Amino acid sequence: MVEHLQADGEEPCVTLDAFLDQSNATAVRLESDEDARALIPFLDRLKLIEVAFPKFRDGRGYSSARILREAGYTGELRAQGDVLVDQIGYLKRCGFDSFAPEKSLNPADVEAALSRWPEHYQGAADGAVPIWKLRHG
Amino acid sequence: MYKYDEYDQQMVDARVAEFADQVKRRLAGEITEDQFKPLRLMNGLYLQLHAYMLRVAVPYGTLDSRQMRMLAHIARKYDRDYGHFTTRQNIQYNWIKLEDAPAILADLASVEMHAIQTSGNCIRNISSDQWAGAAADELTDPRPWAELLRQWSSFHPEFSYLPRKFKIAVIAADEDRAAMRLHDIGIQIVEKDGAHGAAFYVGGGMGRTPMIAPLIKDFVPLDDLLSYTEACLRVYNRYGRRDNIYKARIKILIHELGADEYRRQVEEEFAHVKSLGIDPPKAEFDRIAAQFAMPPLDASASDEIDRTDPDFAVWVDQNVAAHKVPGHAIVNISLKPIGGIPGDASSAQIDLMADLAEKYSHDELRVTHAQNIVLPHVRKADLYAIWQALDGAGLATPNLDLISDIIACPGLDYCSLANARSIPVAQKIAQRFADPARQRDLGELKLKISGCINACGHHHAGHIGILGVDRKGTENYQLLLGGSGAEDVSLGTITGPGFDEDGIVDAIERVTDKYLAERTDGERFVDTYRRVGMAPFKEAIYG
Amino acid sequence: MKLLTGNDLKTGFVTWWTGADWSLHIEDAADVGEAGEAILAVEEAARRVNAPYIIAGEQTADGPRPAHIKDRIRALGPTVRPDLTLKPADPAAGDWVI
Repeated sequence: MVEHLQADGEEPCVTLDAFLDQSNATAVRLESDEDARALIPFLDRLKLIEVAFPKFRDGRGYSSARILREAGYTGELRAQGDVLVDQIGYLKRCGFDSFAPEKSLNPADVEAALSRWPEHYQGAADGAVPIWKLRHG
Repeated sequence: MYKYDEYDQQMVDARVAEFADQVKRRLAGEITEDQFKPLRLMNGLYLQLHAYMLRVAVPYGTLDSRQMRMLAHIARKYDRDYGHFTTRQNIQYNWIKLEDAPAILADLASVEMHAIQTSGNCIRNISSDQWAGAAADELTDPRPWAELLRQWSSFHPEFSYLPRKFKIAVIAADEDRAAMRLHDIGIQIVEKDGAHGAAFYVGGGMGRTPMIAPLIKDFVPLDDLLSYTEACLRVYNRYGRRDNIYKARIKILIHELGADEYRRQVEEEFAHVKSLGIDPPKAEFDRIAAQFAMPPLDASASDEIDRTDPDFAVWVDQNVAAHKVPGHAIVNISLKPIGGIPGDASSAQIDLMADLAEKYSHDELRVTHAQNIVLPHVRKADLYAIWQALDGAGLATPNLDLISDIIACPGLDYCSLANARSIPVAQKIAQRFADPARQRDLGELKLKISGCINACGHHHAGHIGILGVDRKGTENYQLLLGGSGAEDVSLGTITGPGFDEDGIVDAIERVTDKYLAERTDGERFVDTYRRVGMAPFKEAIYG
Repeated sequence: MKLLTGNDLKTGFVTWWTGADWSLHIEDAADVGEAGEAILAVEEAARRVNAPYIIAGEQTADGPRPAHIKDRIRALGPTVRPDLTLKPADPAAGDWVI
């Protein structure tokens, strides 16, 4: 599930505005400047939320992902755009579970990046047990 | 002081391995400079005027002698035998080779140090009061909270690509020795109804748009410290401006929203974030705090200081501060010799300070935001021996907080962002006011020099500030008066047209002469300025 | 004249384009005329230089000199540490920098 290629027959994502207009869509794309909280009333029926990363330096999508996961979203959460191997670990911790990078990634590098950190200092959206909790059982 | 456990160690070790891999991919051409730059910056590696520059974190400015010796070792082995202590309590090396950077990080990791998040648009090294744990006036030691924040902010997955860099300071005394309100978040541990809590000041900073942080919350229960900080950051990450690098700091967001609206959004976010369980239990705080316990000082040690040697007595009066335990003192080592480079120390000097810390200061040193070094826990009976050793190494300049104790950024001698040189100006001013009696007569006078508008030399916060600018290809220096980074925080005001390098030194002398003529008993320079205003000084400067 | 400068990728040292290669010494720098952008693209892609850029310079009796103070300081070293410049033994080496 590291890298995603659009499967045949997958429903294309609609824009947030279009989704809010006709909310029977099940896949939506969130631009980096759009408010993830607008989707919270509809999370049950969504199967895919694609979050745009127009530039890897634009970190708004990390917060969007955590907001969606913290609100209980369990569907696919995809990071699309300028997604580089050195950001994959952080993206995953924020709740992304699929990636659609503009430039394809070397699978070995992705594997290395994802297995780099044995533990984490802080809780996030990936369910990892923070170090302080490991220390105190 | 804090010692790594296996978890802390494996985090820095993993980072060394990660960066070694990133450097390898860069040197092999697998990633471009554009992609590599943010990665190297998050490991403190800049490309500066002459070479790569490595900024090593000194969390809240605290070091032991083994770590200090490693800083000397790095200067000798990988650099040109010196380091530069910075206004954020870190150290910089100016002549680092990219291919050596992974080995340096590995050496640092071997003594529980790193360069993590010393640059980049992430949460930077947490700074604090350099006298923490020793100061007679503190409520409690702020460093356990700073360490808690260090761990929480390290590799924070949500806040590693913020709109802009983010600086946090934590203090616990009413006297502000860390320029707390000129940080993105300034936290003061305070007491209310017998309980300790955190006052949050958010949205301060210097740079091209200096702002003093407004109080956002007067009392955050300490159990909520990380949740509240996370809420502050999440609002910023979502809504901070990303369209203009010069408007991307949190101070601009808060200025545009207004403190009340920002507070409302943070409170709303906090109500949600608090439910996530990100605050560690008290047991974790206690584990950290135990490591900052006061070393075993002998409270029956003599309070007497033999002041027979007049040079020593001058140094004691100027550079030694009150310790909370009787018979002890805080030694401030000036890295501002007259005519020297502010904040620079040779590897031999760094080693000597490490030796003194080991022998006399319970193995502890501090780096100050004014680019000096502190031995925090010294017996008064040992002061003379310490002073003699420092004096022999050019480290006993008795000028703490005087006009020659100048904060200066590296300026155009080293920095690729600078517009003018800072160091030569600092040297000329120190030489003009070299007479120690004259300096002492002028009293506390904080002079701060930046070589560009980014204000790394804190010129807005100087009682006297100097800003170097580029005027049609030549260096020009603007003069500011009336700033302060302390508890009487204020921003300096530009006097008028700028000066060349010699002209700025003359102008400062006219300012100090005017102060001497105007002052009343007990007034510091900045007090006189605040009482009489800019006009008489302007008249004195420009005629 | 137009000069090309940048930093060596591995060492970070300031380098100058000589017409065929990169040198630490400004005296070796060549006037690249209008060819700068094309040379930089090739050299950066080949990782023989990092963060390169084109500057204005002038030819003097002692060799090429950058027009702007920043690149003049880059060419020699920090003005406050003559011992760390490219010509530590020559006290007059920096006379043209400022």
